[in-house]
Amino acid sequence: MKGILGKKLGTTQVFTEDGRLIPVTVIEAGPVKVVQKKEKDKDGYEALQMGFDVIRKEKNVTKPMKGHFKKTSSSFYRFIKEIDMEGFNAGDDITVDIFSKGERVSVVGTSKGKGFQGVMKRHNYKGGPGSHGSMFNRAPGSIGSSSYPSRVFKNKALPGHMGDERVTVKNIEIIDVRKEQNILLVKGAVPGATGGYVIIKSASPVPVKES
Amino acid sequence: MNAVKVIEEGYKKEIPPFRVGDTVSVSMKVKEGEKERVQTFAGICIGRKGSGARETFMVRKISYGVGVEKIFPLHSPLIEKIAVVKQGDVRRAKLYYLRGKKGKAAKIKDKSFAEQQ
Repeated sequence: MKGILGKKLGTTQVFTEDGRLIPVTVIEAGPVKVVQKKEKDKDGYEALQMGFDVIRKEKNVTKPMKGHFKKTSSSFYRFIKEIDMEGFNAGDDITVDIFSKGERVSVVGTSKGKGFQGVMKRHNYKGGPGSHGSMFNRAPGSIGSSSYPSRVFKNKALPGHMGDERVTVKNIEIIDVRKEQNILLVKGAVPGATGGYVIIKSASPVPVKES
Repeated sequence: MNAVKVIEEGYKKEIPPFRVGDTVSVSMKVKEGEKERVQTFAGICIGRKGSGARETFMVRKISYGVGVEKIFPLHSPLIEKIAVVKQGDVRRAKLYYLRGKKGKAAKIKDKSFAEQQ
């Protein structure tokens, strides 16, 4: 597994050499500092804890976090995540060039928050007629049977908070890697708003169909 | 300038200045199997849309009595050349009104002629 942390910068379109126009998301990926290396005998598993997006003012860092960062680096980071990756040690820098053009990745982000939403927007219920005296407009309708089972089943799709959750987009293509600017172009959309943090991991291998 | 803009700048090409209402001839590379050849599409530019590297323009012509419109990405690498055949004098940004018109009614005033008046 390979991975890096980044920030979504926006979307645009890009031409390929053969003239096709493809939609891309621009991600500022890294450089990332390995803040801590989790080890098998000490922590029970292996992973790299990475820090991204430097906090410039020291007063904005809590004391416990300061102590944690001080062990390996001289700066503090806003976005910290662990990735199951090998080949680096604590204090190392990881840059975008771990990825190359044409590779496939999964991107994890936090989707845009939609607030408390009804059943039509949240679960694609059909709703009722808008007019002709109908008073059944956007309501969910019946949510179950009567005396049996005398309860509403778990996971029944009902109104509630929508969005602002972890979303993974799997197996998307890397269109370009620009090392000097630490920029990654991936094909299509990536969850979250512009400016949101994302995790970019190598996509899990696609199962090969046996013929 | 933000990073997205910088990326878009990198894909921009040198484009001859032309405006809506101008008659343009667009030379476009077409791939047919292995062979590549250049195809020209000439007509009136009836609109330009978008900005930066994502800008597109729309060309309308009458081909064998049938109106044909084509939308080109302005900075597409497949476009070899854009030649301005004639400059037109129009008062609108989008010339969609041409769609309902035929023959003389679909004519656009010549710019050089309009300036003399």
